[in-house]
Amino acid sequence: MSIDMKQFHSVFFDESQEHLDEMEHLLLDLDTQNPDVEQLNTIFRAAHSVKGGSGIFGFDALGSVTHIMESLLDNVRQGKLAINPQMVDLFLSSVDVLKGILDSYKSNSEIDWPSANKICERLEAVTHHKEVATESDIEGFGFFAEAAINDIEDGFGFFSDPVLPSAEDAYGFFDDAAPSELKLSATKKSKKIVSKKIAASPAENSESANLKAADLKPVIIPKEHASEDISRKDTVVDSGQKDIPRNPAVKPKSQEAVSVENSSIRVDVTKVDQLINLVGEIVITQSMLNLIGQSIDGALGEKFQSVAAELERNTREIQEAVMSIRMLPVSFVFNRFPRVVRDLSTKLGKSIDLIIEGGDTELDKGLTEKLVDPLTHLVRNSIDHGIESLEVRADRNKNPTGTVVLKAAQQGGSIVISISDDGGGLSRTKILAKAQEKNIPVAENPSDADVWQLIFAPGFSTADQITDVSGRGVGLDVVKRNVQSLGGRIDIESQEGIGATFTIRLPLTLAIVDGMCVSVGDQTFIIPLVNIIESMQPLEKDIKTLAGDDQLLLVRDQYWPILPLYKAMQLEPNFKEAHKGIAVLIEANKHKFALFVDALVGQQQVVIKSLEQHYKRVQGVAGATIMGDGSVALILDVESLAVTANPHTLLHAS
Amino acid sequence: MSEVAVLQKDQEFLTFTLGEENYALDILTVKEIRGYESVTKIANAPPFIKGVINLRGDIVPIVDLRIKFNVGTATYDEFTIVIVLHIHNRIVGIVVDGVSDVVSLNKDQLRPPPNFGVAFDSRYLLGLATINEQMIILVDINELISSDEMGLFSTSDKISE
Repeated sequence: MSIDMKQFHSVFFDESQEHLDEMEHLLLDLDTQNPDVEQLNTIFRAAHSVKGGSGIFGFDALGSVTHIMESLLDNVRQGKLAINPQMVDLFLSSVDVLKGILDSYKSNSEIDWPSANKICERLEAVTHHKEVATESDIEGFGFFAEAAINDIEDGFGFFSDPVLPSAEDAYGFFDDAAPSELKLSATKKSKKIVSKKIAASPAENSESANLKAADLKPVIIPKEHASEDISRKDTVVDSGQKDIPRNPAVKPKSQEAVSVENSSIRVDVTKVDQLINLVGEIVITQSMLNLIGQSIDGALGEKFQSVAAELERNTREIQEAVMSIRMLPVSFVFNRFPRVVRDLSTKLGKSIDLIIEGGDTELDKGLTEKLVDPLTHLVRNSIDHGIESLEVRADRNKNPTGTVVLKAAQQGGSIVISISDDGGGLSRTKILAKAQEKNIPVAENPSDADVWQLIFAPGFSTADQITDVSGRGVGLDVVKRNVQSLGGRIDIESQEGIGATFTIRLPLTLAIVDGMCVSVGDQTFIIPLVNIIESMQPLEKDIKTLAGDDQLLLVRDQYWPILPLYKAMQLEPNFKEAHKGIAVLIEANKHKFALFVDALVGQQQVVIKSLEQHYKRVQGVAGATIMGDGSVALILDVESLAVTANPHTLLHAS
Repeated sequence: MSEVAVLQKDQEFLTFTLGEENYALDILTVKEIRGYESVTKIANAPPFIKGVINLRGDIVPIVDLRIKFNVGTATYDEFTIVIVLHIHNRIVGIVVDGVSDVVSLNKDQLRPPPNFGVAFDSRYLLGLATINEQMIILVDINELISSDEMGLFSTSDKISE
């Protein structure tokens, strides 16, 4: 078998991630009192698919954990074992461990064997407990029969799994299965039953599994090329044979495969990005064409212009359609929160309902990935600091169950995501007292909005005691910075005793930024609009020179250090004296300065292109963009400009 | 990555001139040949990196080999040529004095490179060949463009490749 398996790895990683997410999602939904068989089946299949793949690729750690999980799930699914909340918890932590292992394989880093082994032991403890009972009921043989069924299903599931292509691989799978089971036994310090299982499985079971697989092949092959009605036929056949225990597993699997294949295709993101690039080019060429069209006179010109207008409409539509390929529903991020809320509320002894609204709002893929951390922090914050404890809620005559609402919506050119809770809200007096204690300057009689912004200061916390929930992870200042780095902003609304709402506003896509075009000499630069406070032509008398060349600009009783862009970019400017050009007042993270440029060109939305793709990172430059005339303009990274400029003269923003 | 180093059979090379000398590079690395257009300058870059251009949506750096190797005079007019190369998944444009021909060479025609006398360090040379009584210097363009000396690729990128 000389096929290079590596090429399938990324597909396996993606799919396993999806399977694990699905498992988590379903486990959370599962009603332990009255479990839905279909849900259990789906969870089982997810575990099974991960196991099958990891066997083939030799990811033993994944295989060993999923194997035990699968056997346990199989028992549950077949009604041999009743599921209870503890088991759901155990499964959820297994999913966590699996995600960790998957990440390790993905990044080629060291696998956390201790936690893998631990979860194996815990899972096996549950399985074992059950199996002892079975054994005492049916005397030994019951166990072997079961093991045999499991193994047969391995072979079977393998063939019906659409990712795993050739029969040749199947042998690889069986080869692998034995060692992974050996590993299990090692972790389990040679429990008697397990060692029996090893003795039993490779020889006779794999043989019977092969036989089974051979029998089943004719049925399965058409499924892989899945047309819906074939699978329907299968469904009918299968339900007719319901008394054969394995068949229920077969039926839903084929349905799943079909529906997945029909509804989406897996495409490399770089291909989509390439498409977006090319369409961007068409748009630019299109605008050039329009320009030319305007200079053609007469009947021909009219004709040309009407055709050009038609083409323009089409290009816009293509652009929109292509951009939408990169969009993902925000539920990709939101779906992890039921788990977070469940874990946290149990830990903190609070009862909390999570309501998710607008999960189908679409967001750029790049944005969704970067939103996870800030959102997680805000949700944890709401649960830990926002929602009061049961006693306090009772005192305040509130519903003992707190509510956290996660909402996403599109408003014009931006996406608005809000996290609201019906907890205690922010305390104005507490925050102001804390600000004083931390020596953070506050204006007199600040507005509520100004006060709320104080909590984004580094190291700011008004929590009376630090819990391990709030002590972990990023601070609110990091949340704010993350959101800003995505080109968004964050606002707070709060009413003491009633609740608080954190609102994040983001641009629709990461690839576009609102910018101000400025010129220095013959070059054009873009300054992100979020960083600009104002622009002005400074008066000569307001410019003060410090020792050396450093200059300060006096604006409304504040001195701003002047950073000439021509010096930072090593260009020949039209003006070297600051009062002849334009000063753009800029605030970036912790720095404030006045950027001196020749002239303002105009405000426009620009598409961010990477400079690093074909070159390397350049200090002071965040990226590049292509202007309407096809030339390249650099987008300034004002934060790193500030640092390179003149560290000692920079104002520290209060 | 110098798969060109051993010429198995006939291989095609694009010849170009720098000053008085004739050079050739593996034609499979060439993406296109275009005229020189005005570039966007980049701060803190060495003088031989002229800046970046927009190549159908890609931001591509332009290197003037004449400045880098101090041959000929770096003038820019409508006849100035940029060879756009595709190397290690990146796109780079090089400015040369002119492109001349596509030649087919095999191993027997190749002579070992000299250690001196050409603008390039011999590390970046594959050898010499003579065509129509003209000496052509074969450049290992992959090696040259990705070298630290050019500073086009940051070190971390090369480790990841």
